[in-house]
Amino acid sequence: MSIHLIALSLGDAPVPTRLLALAPVDMIIIALYFAMVLGIGFYLKRYTKTGDDFFLAGREMTAWVAGLSFLAANLGALELMGWAAAAYQYGILATHWYWIGAIPAMLFLGIVMMPFYYISKTHSVPGYLKLRFGEPSRVLSAVSFGFMTVLMSGINMYSMALVMKVVLGWDINFSIWVSSITVAVYVCLGGLLSAIFNEVLQFVLIWMGALLISIIGLIETGGWSGMVARIHTNFPGGDYTHLWRTMGSFTDNPMGIHWTGIVLGLGAVLSFGYWTTDFLVVQRVLAAKDLRAAKLAPIIGAGFKMMVPFIVILPGLLGLALLQPKLMGEAQAVATGGHSYNEVLPLMLARYCGPGLLGLGVTALIAGFMSGMAGNVSAFATVWTYDIYKALIRKDATDAHYVSMGRWCTILGVLVSIGTAYLVMQFLSIMDYVQALFSFFIAPLFGTVVLGMLWKRCSPAGGFWGLLAGTLSSIGMWAWVKLDPAALKYIALSSNARDMAENMYRALWSWIVCVLVTVAVSLVTKPKPESELTNLVYGCTDIPGEGHLPMHQRPMFWAVVVALCFVVLNVIFW
Amino acid sequence: MHRPGMVSIWFFVGILLLAYGVLITASGLYELVSPPARPVVLGELHAGIWWGAVLLVLGAVYTYRFSPRRQK
Repeated sequence: MSIHLIALSLGDAPVPTRLLALAPVDMIIIALYFAMVLGIGFYLKRYTKTGDDFFLAGREMTAWVAGLSFLAANLGALELMGWAAAAYQYGILATHWYWIGAIPAMLFLGIVMMPFYYISKTHSVPGYLKLRFGEPSRVLSAVSFGFMTVLMSGINMYSMALVMKVVLGWDINFSIWVSSITVAVYVCLGGLLSAIFNEVLQFVLIWMGALLISIIGLIETGGWSGMVARIHTNFPGGDYTHLWRTMGSFTDNPMGIHWTGIVLGLGAVLSFGYWTTDFLVVQRVLAAKDLRAAKLAPIIGAGFKMMVPFIVILPGLLGLALLQPKLMGEAQAVATGGHSYNEVLPLMLARYCGPGLLGLGVTALIAGFMSGMAGNVSAFATVWTYDIYKALIRKDATDAHYVSMGRWCTILGVLVSIGTAYLVMQFLSIMDYVQALFSFFIAPLFGTVVLGMLWKRCSPAGGFWGLLAGTLSSIGMWAWVKLDPAALKYIALSSNARDMAENMYRALWSWIVCVLVTVAVSLVTKPKPESELTNLVYGCTDIPGEGHLPMHQRPMFWAVVVALCFVVLNVIFW
Repeated sequence: MHRPGMVSIWFFVGILLLAYGVLITASGLYELVSPPARPVVLGELHAGIWWGAVLLVLGAVYTYRFSPRRQK
């Protein structure tokens, strides 16, 4: 689940001949991967005895492990293939989702928000809302998160199984059941500890499997300039290699988006909403061993996130330069028997990887899928157990009971995900609705949490009504455009705007509605006394200083380094 | 992460990379000796050999550095 709303929409098209054929050595590599992740799950069961062990990995993770896990939970296989496809379709513009659409928010999480999450000792983001605003805000957030998490997990599962069918010719049922049972087993055994261990392993495999495509691709094109020259030859008149130069008008770029949508909608609202309040990723950082590690983890994640375009976007651009005949949209590909944008990553894999390397590349895709799914189910199990079951159903059970509930919840989450996958198989339009539904909650939640952390006057009633109003306004705007497409020019400021631009602006408006309602209601209702805001709000929390640490150990130092790299990269690829 | 007796995650990473390095390098060497009928693009670079070697070296380093014996 992510703000990256490009899904591989392969539809119910007839499946073409498989793209890749695996040799025995490839199968051994994939089998070894499954054996290793299951082995890790069985090994870690002995270390998962308490609720803190199962749901927060004992709060013992180093900054590096928490940071890589934080990023890996977001690096699903659909992320890899979907954004490589987007890079083929839209060029380097897709990089905005990795840079301005992630880096500022991740640094903000590390430096500004993490101290409050961590010092409050909350188990989850809804748990923080309970401490700051009270039970109604927690329940609203927990129910929507839990519901959407398992649904999104199912959609990703179905999409991945479909990809495996197209790429490898694997049976959809086989892919769904084998991968999801594996995830269920290792998360059920070792909880978040097992999920994090495997996410670090998966992170390494994703890089090792995907990086080679970029290296050999650049050798073939004669470097970056050679690749750009080939793209200009293949697509004369199109600008696929500049990040900002074509963003002055909706009609000047293939994404149909204006820079205000990218900067304000994606960069300032949607990405902050996802990276700072989506419990799927925040949970990994809450597992850090101390506050410094918790602050450093998102900064380390941001450093690696900045490099992900080199294994995701670059293969798409290399596809633009090298693949002949050109790739096309899904419908056209089905009609003509050609290859679609969505197949660019497997096609590049097949282009350069022989036996062994192909198995590594496919393992990277499977690892990506499993890390994303494990992230979903472990977050779901925590929110269900602590924020729904413990809060509303059984308040005074033993710790062992809640651990047991977490294990059952993991199985239940996987089963519901599988059910969703089969439901999507029957009714494909569900996919669009659920993805839109998830986006409804992200932006307003960020408004609620950030006001709660930074403004003492923000009242419990303000937090709840702001969150509800922001969410409902987002749903309302989405429904308005569905019923009357002409409304797009009001929501996205242009009738030329595409789906992605609409998402950006809808997020921006719903965040503004949330903030305005929160402020207005807070000003006329009673705030919490300051004594109840200790460790929850800026000004009421004693955040340990870092002045005694050497410069290279300070999170702020590394945040500045990452921020400078972010600026330099944007200037280089302007 | 540092509970007494717990094996480091980096050891698991090392073991898997080492195994992959051996398999991929061996596969690359086999292709060198017995070239495939339909080679991949830039097959003459023998990516399997050097990428496999990279994995093998990384895996060996991590396996050694984080082996449970050295951690004790």
